[in-house]
Amino acid sequence: MIVFWVLAPVMVLAALGLVFARKAVHGALCLAVVMISLAMLYAVQDAPFLFAVQIIVYTGAIMMLFLFVLMLVGVDTSDSVVETIRGQRLFATIIGLLFGITAVIAVGQTVALTVTGLEQANANGNPYGLAELLFGRFVLAFEFTSALLITAALGAMVLGHRERLSPKKTQRDYAAMRMQAYAADGKHPGPAPTPGVYARHNAVDTPALLPDGTPSELSISATLRQRGQVREGFDDDIHDIAKQIEGGEQ
Amino acid sequence: MNEYISLSMILFAIGATGVLVRRNAIVIFMCIELMLNATNLAFVSFSRQHGNLDGQIAAFFVMVVAAAEVVVGLAIIVSIYRTRRSASVDNASLLKF
Repeated sequence: MIVFWVLAPVMVLAALGLVFARKAVHGALCLAVVMISLAMLYAVQDAPFLFAVQIIVYTGAIMMLFLFVLMLVGVDTSDSVVETIRGQRLFATIIGLLFGITAVIAVGQTVALTVTGLEQANANGNPYGLAELLFGRFVLAFEFTSALLITAALGAMVLGHRERLSPKKTQRDYAAMRMQAYAADGKHPGPAPTPGVYARHNAVDTPALLPDGTPSELSISATLRQRGQVREGFDDDIHDIAKQIEGGEQ
Repeated sequence: MNEYISLSMILFAIGATGVLVRRNAIVIFMCIELMLNATNLAFVSFSRQHGNLDGQIAAFFVMVVAAAEVVVGLAIIVSIYRTRRSASVDNASLLKF
């Protein structure tokens, strides 16, 4: 019972966090907290098999899938604050509160308090008892779930598939494109020079030096140039760096 | 026993409110998962109360169905996002265009 009273407030708070979180990723983390706490409640309630399944299937597979799609769809897609139906949020909250209060009161008045416990049913171990039911009385339902899972996998493949509108470019096409660019405006068809060639450092932010000593713009990533993080690299800046390091240590 | 069922009811109510309040399709989906989890808790609690494992089998099947539902639902969300560049349920109200 201690486990329950420790976990129940955490679960309710995390569930509220899921509803109120501004960012979907925070909501997903709150849901993960709820699911792991739920797994612990299963363990307390003599359901060790469901404890393992809850951790593996829910927190492992389903939450991973949720986070994957969240990252794919864009973490920044936030909720619109505009209400399409006026007062919908307020009424939804009121109805939710009423439903919750009514349900809790109803449960408090009706659910009988005699708890049989699972000692007898779990006599041979919980997975054994579940397997006996699953492959005995519920074997038909079990077979249907296999059909359901295959259908779901096929459906996901069909929905996720995208027709290619133009033929895929091969290596040969890319080579031809490079040679055409070379013929048109003299762009070098080979790979760009690597950073740091003939320069003092070979870090990615140091441009390569051409034979006449001028830095080669091509050897540096355009992102670094835009951020202004390109190191000059050929003045006597080594003394400045040495001074900086010594200054930092003092 | 009452505490477990009450917790399950509270979680279910929170999930249902979330479905009504939120606009982001993925968050709505997560609220549905919360409701399914709440019913699973009730199943497991009743299984302990009645002393047989039928409730745990039901919870197991709910998990299988939830997994299948999440796979298809998220595929639908991704394909809607691809055409509309938005995961808000308000924008997809016309079922076409």
